[in-house]
Amino acid sequence: MKRQLPFLLVFIFGAFMTIQYYIPHESSEFVYTFLLDWTMIIGIFALALGIWSLYQVSVEKIKHKKENWVYSYVTLFGLFIMVVLGFTFKVGDSWGLYSVFVIALMAFLYCLINASIAKSKGLWFGLSGVALVVLLGIAYFDDSWGVAFMTSEGLRNTMFTNFADFVMTPILATMFALLAFFIASAAYRAFRARNVLASLLLVSAIIVMLRFNPYMPFGLPELIAELSNWLMNVPNLAAQRAIVIGIGLGIVATSLKVILGIERGYMGKG
Amino acid sequence: MTEHKNIFDKMMTLDRRWVFLFLIIVCVATYVVDFEIPINTEPEVESIFNFLDSLPENDIVLIAIDYDPNNLAELHPMTYAVVEHLWRKKVKIIFTSLSQLGPAMADQAIRDISDSLKVDKTYNYNGVEHNFKGREIVNGVDYTFLGFKPYYALIILGMGQDFRLNFPSDYYGTPLDDLPMMQGVINYDQVACVVDLSGGNITDAWISYGQGRFNFPLMLGLTGVMVSQYYPFLGSGQVSGIMGGLLGAAQYEELADNPGRAKDGMRVQLYAHYVIILFIILGNIGYFMTRRNRLKGGN
Amino acid sequence: MEFSDFLWMTCGIFLTLATFSFLYKDNPFYKFAEHLVVGVSAGFTIIVLWHGTLVPNLFQKLEDGNWFMLWLNSSEWWYVVPAVLGLLMWTRFSKKYSWVSRWPMGLYIGISTGIAIPLEMSNRVNKQLYAMMVEIDWANFFGGNILSTTSGFAQLLIFLGTIAGLVYFFFSKEHKGVFGGVATFGIWILMIGFGASFGYTVMARVSLFINRMQDTKAWGVEAFNASDVANPHYSSMYPIVFYLLVAFVVGYIIKEIMDHLKRKNA
Repeated sequence: MKRQLPFLLVFIFGAFMTIQYYIPHESSEFVYTFLLDWTMIIGIFALALGIWSLYQVSVEKIKHKKENWVYSYVTLFGLFIMVVLGFTFKVGDSWGLYSVFVIALMAFLYCLINASIAKSKGLWFGLSGVALVVLLGIAYFDDSWGVAFMTSEGLRNTMFTNFADFVMTPILATMFALLAFFIASAAYRAFRARNVLASLLLVSAIIVMLRFNPYMPFGLPELIAELSNWLMNVPNLAAQRAIVIGIGLGIVATSLKVILGIERGYMGKG
Repeated sequence: MTEHKNIFDKMMTLDRRWVFLFLIIVCVATYVVDFEIPINTEPEVESIFNFLDSLPENDIVLIAIDYDPNNLAELHPMTYAVVEHLWRKKVKIIFTSLSQLGPAMADQAIRDISDSLKVDKTYNYNGVEHNFKGREIVNGVDYTFLGFKPYYALIILGMGQDFRLNFPSDYYGTPLDDLPMMQGVINYDQVACVVDLSGGNITDAWISYGQGRFNFPLMLGLTGVMVSQYYPFLGSGQVSGIMGGLLGAAQYEELADNPGRAKDGMRVQLYAHYVIILFIILGNIGYFMTRRNRLKGGN
Repeated sequence: MEFSDFLWMTCGIFLTLATFSFLYKDNPFYKFAEHLVVGVSAGFTIIVLWHGTLVPNLFQKLEDGNWFMLWLNSSEWWYVVPAVLGLLMWTRFSKKYSWVSRWPMGLYIGISTGIAIPLEMSNRVNKQLYAMMVEIDWANFFGGNILSTTSGFAQLLIFLGTIAGLVYFFFSKEHKGVFGGVATFGIWILMIGFGASFGYTVMARVSLFINRMQDTKAWGVEAFNASDVANPHYSSMYPIVFYLLVAFVVGYIIKEIMDHLKRKNA
């Protein structure tokens, strides 16, 4: 039951989905459609696992005062603030006491996290109680904003979109922009014409890099543009096609091994 | 000889932060000086532009915003150019976004482009002047944003059955049947083509599970890192066109006569490429000289 | 642009600069930005999953049921099944019951591998093989231009290049003799392909930096536009915020230089 049933499930559903493609039938189509929807719902719960473990890791770090533990509060702040903003929305023209509410809620969560790990629990619980009273009071008396769980006004909350546009986007974009500098340093340090193969790679890279360069003498820009077009569409196409076919065969072979239960490592031990 | 050895050895052990600083200075300097470099269009991008340009009013195009903020630098300009071109022509758009942080990207793009559609504008492409009156873009009439669902392969297959299967309502919570433009739109059969703007594996799924199974025209906008991997699909006709990186976006902007961030960035690209080529050459000179010196020293 | 929007924009630029400071060395500003983005993107995902998936695809389907009946009396009661399977995933947190999470895993893996086999075979392998085996246009072998991408020569090169590339990846036979020769041709073709890839990668990476410069410039432009009296949102606060951030960055750079000199002298 513990070991065999999962593999039986893999076989049954894998074989069904494969056969369904080749022999479509009204009834199998019906099941197929349902499975597409169901699997996605199961998937959401799986994604929640990842977020829960992010929370746990951060709290553990604070608890054991591991390296850079202070920054874990920043992570938790980011996590909670987005959740709070995503479930609230503006009703009237102004936000009223919304910002006080958000601060009180953050303070409440801060105290609660500390209460769960600190030794002097009473103090933190007391403080969190105060914060709770404040935030519930505001939530009850302030009508300029509302809370929505089952409707998605929160997604249009400007505070929520601002956090996405001006906090999440710039940092992620910049983190990847650092790669521009690392590739420059790699070009300087590692890109050597050590042998014929490396030289071939170097020459084709330089041709592709120069193809939109208009400032070259003797009609070179046209020649380079044509040459790089040829490189992309002939040798590159051939090389990538070999890789695509190789990967395709790899996926099919691995999938078959998984369905037939030959490959079992993905389930882990135990 | 010892003098030489010093220079090249120094070159080889240079702190990489000098390399960074040099690149920053060149990029910032070329960006501050305002000039334009000519953009030559390539057939891969022209085929996308011509197909989208030939669509009549009220046709529907599915645009898949499958990138996270990490890749927005290259793919946002494509989104802006393509969507503005289509909306000006009154083509309707279904947006999906099967990448986890993609909804933020799509949401931002829709808000921005709706704003720029409010003003009148004239474009001059294919040798003809096109005048467009500014207009209000309305959710449910001009576009539908379906939003994010996990497990893209299943969702792409599911949309082939019925959009309503996985997306009973749009991103903002309105049931699909309540949106005027979705009346009678069941699955890919009612969509003229799919434009996938992607920074990851989702493109593979669009090719294998989408185009492969449902046979719609598929066009790709890809990050520079991925673009060479998808040429085989262009050669086999599974994909009808590819826009690669910022250059691809700049070409689309050039074709649609709508210069934006991509064309603006190409002059920096040019000089940054000079710098990188210079680094490659310097690195190689240093490498060969130190190797020669080492060999001589050994003798 | 409203002043509050401008402040948000300034926040974005500050975080951009904080992240870029990593190029010099790891520092508290970078760590702050790094940790913040992990939390914010996780929070964003929670909200998108909740509003975009859980509510419409699960909760609303079971809306007309009652909790004390475990929603089994709702009109689409079968949606309880994936919810239960999904909840079983959470047994992963328990050492004792984590084996239960393998059932939904098995279902998911079965379905995703099952759909992959026919479609990957036909779209990655078969269609590519068809495209490779076109009849070579001998009459138009060079097509008047050796760099033509549609001439017979190009077709032949693609055919031979693909075969050779596949041969190179075939490790069950030693690369010797004719087979080795073909494999060598294969690796040549692959290297040209990787070179082209690298050329494009450089462009991709530089684009990312250009985007950050464009955002920074847009912020500066916004700051100075609003200090123009003709602007509807005229306020001198805009350039003040701008200069505050600039002063902060310059101050930080000077501090770092001083520290560096001190260390050097010590």
